[in-house]
Amino acid sequence: MLTIDNLHVRVAGKDILKGLSLKVNAGEVHAIMGPNGAGKSTLGNVLAGREGYEVTQGSVVWNGKDLLELEPEERAAEGVFLAFQYPVEIPGVNNTYFLRAALNAQRKRRGEAELDSMQFLKRVREKLAVLHLKDELLHRAVNEGFSGGEKKRNEIFQMALLEPKLAILDETDSGLDIDALKMVADGVNAMRDPARAFVVITHYQRLLDYIVPDFVHVLADGRIVESGDKSLALKLEEHGYSWIAERKLAGAA
Amino acid sequence: MVAGFLEPLLADGVARQGSQSGWLAQVRTRALEQLIRDGLPGPRNEAWKYTSLRAIGQRRYARSDPAAATRPIDANLLDLPGVEGPRLVFVNGGFRADLSIIADVPGMELRSLSDVLEAEPDSLREFLSRSFDNAEDAFARLNTVLASDGVVIRVAAGARIVPPVHLVIAGAVAEKELAWQLRCIFDIGEGAALRLVEHHVGENGHGHFGNVLSQLALRANARLDLLQVQNGAETASLTRRTEALLDAGAHLEMRSIEVGAQWMRHDLAVRLNGDRSRFVSRGVFALRGRQHADTRLDIRHSARDTACDIVWRGVADQRARGVFHGAITVESGADGSDAQLSNKNLLLSDQAEIDTQPVLEIHADEVKAAHGATVGQLDEGALFYLRSRGIGPAQARSLLTLAFCRVAFDSIENGVLREYLDALMLERLPQAADGDSQTKSSQ
Ligand SMILES: Nc1ncnc2c1ncn2[C@@H]1O[C@H](COP(=O)(O)OP(=O)(O)OP(=O)(O)O)[C@@H](O)[C@H]1O
Ligand SMILES: [Mg+2]
Repeated sequence: MLTIDNLHVRVAGKDILKGLSLKVNAGEVHAIMGPNGAGKSTLGNVLAGREGYEVTQGSVVWNGKDLLELEPEERAAEGVFLAFQYPVEIPGVNNTYFLRAALNAQRKRRGEAELDSMQFLKRVREKLAVLHLKDELLHRAVNEGFSGGEKKRNEIFQMALLEPKLAILDETDSGLDIDALKMVADGVNAMRDPARAFVVITHYQRLLDYIVPDFVHVLADGRIVESGDKSLALKLEEHGYSWIAERKLAGAA
Repeated sequence: MVAGFLEPLLADGVARQGSQSGWLAQVRTRALEQLIRDGLPGPRNEAWKYTSLRAIGQRRYARSDPAAATRPIDANLLDLPGVEGPRLVFVNGGFRADLSIIADVPGMELRSLSDVLEAEPDSLREFLSRSFDNAEDAFARLNTVLASDGVVIRVAAGARIVPPVHLVIAGAVAEKELAWQLRCIFDIGEGAALRLVEHHVGENGHGHFGNVLSQLALRANARLDLLQVQNGAETASLTRRTEALLDAGAHLEMRSIEVGAQWMRHDLAVRLNGDRSRFVSRGVFALRGRQHADTRLDIRHSARDTACDIVWRGVADQRARGVFHGAITVESGADGSDAQLSNKNLLLSDQAEIDTQPVLEIHADEVKAAHGATVGQLDEGALFYLRSRGIGPAQARSLLTLAFCRVAFDSIENGVLREYLDALMLERLPQAADGDSQTKSSQ
């Protein structure tokens, strides 16, 4: 479904991703862990189509299409969703209005009928219940004045509403209290589906107790340096990232 | 001697209406002499630094429209959704009883200026004896010399008028291009309250030069809610001077939307003259094409514990030019005053330009003051966020731009009116639909 091959990305004149390869199949959950500054958010941003990320080598194929050729809104319509590490506040744009505009823009692009406000609100109610989000947040401006945790939950709420095929969650667990963490995990688990894949970027193995991954990867210095099953996360928790570097050294010796 | 712009207008001397009052004739003659002496301000006049009068100075306009009383005008142009109540309509500077709705509202006197000038000019002496001794106020002088009509609204002490008064100032295509004048006087009695809408509209294609001079007096504890919707023809020119004098405890609450006219200048002078008087202003200009709009605020705190709270936004697209000058002076003795001004501007094109100058002068003690002005572009982060959710770039831009402008009117409680203003703004902003259809997916 998603094939990233030997991806090199330069940001502001600096090489950040240096030959990253990753294959994600429908129905799978991949966790990506790695030290600060390793390039995890860069990967998410490149997949979502943010400007300023120069791909110098490699390719990303999404359902047979060259993902890198598509505009951000086209990627969204093709089912790619990024839950931002730092969701953006947009004063003056009502959250509900924004969500409906987004959903309908995607549907229109896919040649599907747009939802009228009744159909849309029905869908909103269903999804709100799962995330235990306050109604009130819908009437506010997008993320404006939301607490850190509310912003993260709003990201997951948007994901639930837009029903993407590939969801990239960039540290959605950071800054969440234990209850909110469970709600977010519930939200994700409720959406797990043989046709849908998740890439979950996190620093904490705790999230992976709730969202159990099929694969765990370590991203360090711009590439995937280690892959394994969920037990890899436990080992990382115990030994830290230096353990991988040491192991590599030992292997090389 | 005067030449160009002023020449045909001053050829016949001062307006005659009401000139039986000696004092009024004197005021007009004095303004005429000043105008002949100083002419229009040149580029070296600080107040006209960013707005050149060269082109206008060379044009010649007719002094009045002989057919103003009967000119047909599209009635839809005069409506403002959500605003129903007394309506006063002026077309090409002439009062139109046939288009106006003058209801009898207890506590409020609502008349045309010409009518009051005929019957009891002395009752307006406080307002009409105002002289303009600064050469920069050339258009106020011109108005003093020539204005023979306008509106007079007087609200009795304690009267709280419920229906909003809708003042429509319309321009219609005529055989000649006109320079019309309107003088408006609003006197809100002690403890009284009024809601007023000043609405500028125009038929497309006319190139008249409108000149409105308005004086607002808010007596002690009076309140005036003034909404200005300037949606004049994009071929017209318009200059306005609005002066407000606030007595103790009075409250002037303004909302200003400036989207019309090819060339526009608005001078807004507010004097907080009584203790605890308060001025709140929310405004926005949104310009496109080759529109030019210059908004000039001159706020004076002259009494203790007075407050002003000013938030303005500006948007310029294509080759438009916006100017915002926000001057606040806290005079000595105006201790405990609170002065807040924020002005943010958005440039939507490389060729658009916005000049903003906040000026703050404080001569009093214990003053709280904050001042800020910026000119920038749309936030790339917000733009990407919207696009990453599927919203096309043109729609995302117009959503963000509209959101940026909304501070000017999102506090208007009248939902129908607010939605209309939303649509009016959106219509003026770079359009969503066409832009998005050009992206790759639809090819
Ligand atoms: N716009 C930019 N300009 C300059 N440097 C950038 C920019 N964006 C990212 N970087 C740099 O790229 C590197 C990778 O950043 P990225 O945000 O991808 O890291 P990360 O793995 O997500 O880290 P964290 O765990 O702290 O979120 C960092 O060194 C960062 O400073
Ligand atoms: Mg990151």
